[in-house]
Amino acid sequence: MNNVYYGKLVFELSKPGRVGYSLPKSEISGYSLNELPEALKRQGKTILPECDELTVVRHYTNMSNNNFGVDTGFYPLGSCTMKYNPKINEELCALPAFNRHPSTPVEFVQGSLKVYDEVQKTLSEISGLSRFTLNPYAGAHGELTGLMVIKAYHQQRGDNARTKIIVPNSAHGTNPASAAVAGFKVVEVKSLADGTVDVEDLKPLLGPDVAGMMMTNPNTLGIFERNIPEIARLVHDCGGLMYYDGANLNPMLGVCRPGDMGFDVMHINLHKTFSTPHGGGGPGSGPVGVRKGLEHLLPNPQVEKLADGSYTLQCGKNSLGSISTFLSNFTVIIRAYAYLLSLGKENVPMAGKLSVLNANYIKECLRSHYELPIEGLCKHEFVFDGLRPEFGGDHHDDSHVTTLDVAKRLLDYGFHAPTIYFPLLFHEALMIEPTETESKDTLDDFIAVMKRIAEEARDDREMVKTAPHHTPIRRLDDVKAVREPKFTFKNL
Amino acid sequence: MAKVIEGLFYAESHEYVRVEGEYGYVGITDYAQSQLGNVVYVDMPEVDDEVTAGEEFGAVESVKAASDLFSPVSGTVVEINEALEEQPELINADAFENWIIKVKLSDPSELDNLLDAKAYEAICE
Amino acid sequence: MFKYFPHTTDDIQQMLGVIGVQSLDDLYAEIPEELKLKRDLDIPSEKSEVEVRKIIGDLAAQNKPLLCFAGGGVYDHYTPSVVPFLASRSEFSTSYTPYQAEISQGTLQYIFEYQTMMADLTGMDLSNASMYDGTTATAEAMMMCVAQAKKRNKVLISATSNPQVLRVVETYAHYHEVELVKVPAKNGIMDKDIARELIEKNDVAGLIVSQPNYYGIIEDFTGLADLCHAHKVLFAINTMASALGVLRSPGEWGADIACGDAQSLGIPMNYGGPYIGYLCTKNELVRKMPGRLVGATTDADGRRAFVLTMQAREQHIRREKATSNICTAQGFMCLFVASYLSLMGEKGLREVNEQSYAGAHYLHDALLKTGKFEDAFGPQTFLNEFTVRVKGDAKTLRKTLAERGFLFGVVTEGMPDCLTIAVTEMRSKQEIDSLISNL
Repeated sequence: MNNVYYGKLVFELSKPGRVGYSLPKSEISGYSLNELPEALKRQGKTILPECDELTVVRHYTNMSNNNFGVDTGFYPLGSCTMKYNPKINEELCALPAFNRHPSTPVEFVQGSLKVYDEVQKTLSEISGLSRFTLNPYAGAHGELTGLMVIKAYHQQRGDNARTKIIVPNSAHGTNPASAAVAGFKVVEVKSLADGTVDVEDLKPLLGPDVAGMMMTNPNTLGIFERNIPEIARLVHDCGGLMYYDGANLNPMLGVCRPGDMGFDVMHINLHKTFSTPHGGGGPGSGPVGVRKGLEHLLPNPQVEKLADGSYTLQCGKNSLGSISTFLSNFTVIIRAYAYLLSLGKENVPMAGKLSVLNANYIKECLRSHYELPIEGLCKHEFVFDGLRPEFGGDHHDDSHVTTLDVAKRLLDYGFHAPTIYFPLLFHEALMIEPTETESKDTLDDFIAVMKRIAEEARDDREMVKTAPHHTPIRRLDDVKAVREPKFTFKNL
Repeated sequence: MAKVIEGLFYAESHEYVRVEGEYGYVGITDYAQSQLGNVVYVDMPEVDDEVTAGEEFGAVESVKAASDLFSPVSGTVVEINEALEEQPELINADAFENWIIKVKLSDPSELDNLLDAKAYEAICE
Repeated sequence: MFKYFPHTTDDIQQMLGVIGVQSLDDLYAEIPEELKLKRDLDIPSEKSEVEVRKIIGDLAAQNKPLLCFAGGGVYDHYTPSVVPFLASRSEFSTSYTPYQAEISQGTLQYIFEYQTMMADLTGMDLSNASMYDGTTATAEAMMMCVAQAKKRNKVLISATSNPQVLRVVETYAHYHEVELVKVPAKNGIMDKDIARELIEKNDVAGLIVSQPNYYGIIEDFTGLADLCHAHKVLFAINTMASALGVLRSPGEWGADIACGDAQSLGIPMNYGGPYIGYLCTKNELVRKMPGRLVGATTDADGRRAFVLTMQAREQHIRREKATSNICTAQGFMCLFVASYLSLMGEKGLREVNEQSYAGAHYLHDALLKTGKFEDAFGPQTFLNEFTVRVKGDAKTLRKTLAERGFLFGVVTEGMPDCLTIAVTEMRSKQEIDSLISNL
């Protein structure tokens, strides 16, 4: 990792008179921006740098050396499904013929439209639902879209009393946040000690003001929610719809389908389950699927296959509206298509099974050193509640070695840390999701390092509590970052 | 052990009110500030806003958490602690000294619904 | 086995042994049988890489190329070769959100540079780390206005905004229960008198306008900021990002919020995306702003470093009280924009706009000279896009030109006899002349 020479911002590499681009000389004369009225012109100069091409290339190349991706090493972030991002996907989504203006008439983009429709159909079969829109840009956007489907469903039935959405208290923060954006009140239902939804706590919450319930299965602790059929029946009986948060779909592939479990609406994260890259925070894709009877509510535009086998775009009158510029982060969809073709019906179920194998293996190997709060088989991920007290100290003791300390020390060993402090049910939560693309060798290395860190916590506490030591920068002062905010170069 | 002061009234949601005549000074308890960690921002209402017992009137933020503030009393905000705008960490230094809002009480009988120091201490166990 | 699954049969046996089960199916023992799928998935069989290349390659070949003279929010601008090259570095593309700052300084730093550039271009104090696109960024700007106003629930939006922006903002307004009122257009420009009447009622939280507007016209917002502020209304401007280099910035107009799409800053059109929404505002509104924020700080050794900050606004902490539900955004596209602007600089951005301006005006004048077109709204001030009325059938004309290899603008929504046409620095004089000769 290189932070010495190029620990600079691009503005600090600028020198007046340098240029980094080349445009052809225009052969059109007689028109100039100077003609614009003064009142409409930009007055101030910009802070944009003046750099030559090599400076820019070196700058960002060196910056990439200060980054860690799935291609660099093991990335066991629970609930993120950091599986390998196949390179054939990258090659194909960059084909020049896919680079078209969205207003191109449909006759000229039949290839793109077919990709969309094929992906939509494949996702429908995998999830047991009737139809998908691929328009939402991310998981949370898919949640919002799905909740809009639910609200539109009730509104079109003439029922405006459905103001509430039920969310388990173990849910990912986007669930209640999306419900709030969709104009719902959020009602939390409690979880039992094993992390599953407490059905007895749910029953009194149900009534004619409930629009629906959001669930994740396996839940955010990696546990399969066995009571879903009963929960779905209860929610449907009171007139609500069931929403499936597909963030944890990976272990279910080919084994269980949300549509078969009683869910009416769901979203999928292509950048989780279907291998498209996370990109350091997007672009993702959050397709939303619905059961029969709800398809007309999906957002516009939609892709339709006509009787003659060609494809066109439709805008439905009863759609919930529009939630995107056009047909989503399209190149992400092309990547997912390549992935689905590559795996095929033989390997899609294997992905799920191997992810569950990997997670349970780590769990069994590390429970000697880390506190395992929930017994039994997990699915693709599981949670530890910090170090066992014999290694890290009593959790009530202020000087105990925390999950944060363990996470930072892992960075020194060349691993990305697992998810920390989520879900909120366990105070020292450490959520591990290996995914199926990791080998037993990688897992064994990880297990050995995690045991070593536990021993360091017992024998050399300071080393762990002041980690990381071997990364481009040490632990950060994030209190200062909030108290003295500096969001741009000008503030530095 | 978190500090608890006699003579103040406490809410289960970890706010206190110090009554002086027809006014109440509302803030968060020492226990609350220790749970939150470094306070980086206090979201306060404006002078003349109404507050209602049991309802939100603002929030306290730390780096990794945000906590809503629930008013233990009803009334009108007559003053906010402007020092907290520049130095929110004063709440960590002394939560009881650094109140958040001063309220003109509209219904002093509400104080009967609150906990005394001993009862509050018990719920912090 | 399969190239993405590294397990050998031995590996699997050993691991099952450690877990204490016999087979992979045993790992799903706790799932009720009636919930399990009892058949194969009805999807195509696995395809080798050779076949995947052929299938998708053949589909791509079904897309016929058209020379682009369309805009409508998405523009065919020059993407320097360096931009996708840097974006292909997998330390960037295969990384996650930079929550572990110590090993994510690359991502955090390019986002910080992006934030700096967008704040500067828009004339605002700060920018967030992206929204999904321009349409949803505008919807979030609407929600910011309402969140800030507390007691007011009405937001005004110019009817001259891009129709898709309007549809998305309307959708969000409907579900979020915001009263969205369109300020009508008068001759292709927002009617400022009606805007004034509505604002003076003192029940408006925000006013959102577009620059250039949907018809390509550069609107004059003189007086609007003062009017808004006098009535406690937040003023938001949606600007096509490339134009920020040469047109009066939202900050210079006195706006409180700047939003829009930054696709025009070197991001390929890609049939819909990914693009990148930008959202910038003043310091006073930072806590109402959605999206991630990267801030500068120091590490334990006093070195300058970057970190995701002010997270208490976001969904993972505030849940239903968060400023928005946004989690994954378009983080990676910040790298596209930052590297594009680092290469182009102010000079390059100006040249892109000069050439777009020249090309658009050259084409506009030539079209009028043919006698087959006239200005839809009379002579107007425009940058790279303009609207003309076709003396004939606009739809048929566009279709004919498509068959000849030209994407001749878009049929102007709401005006079926008009076309809105854009020209960028990517269209040479020969290409424009060729279009004209094909009319």
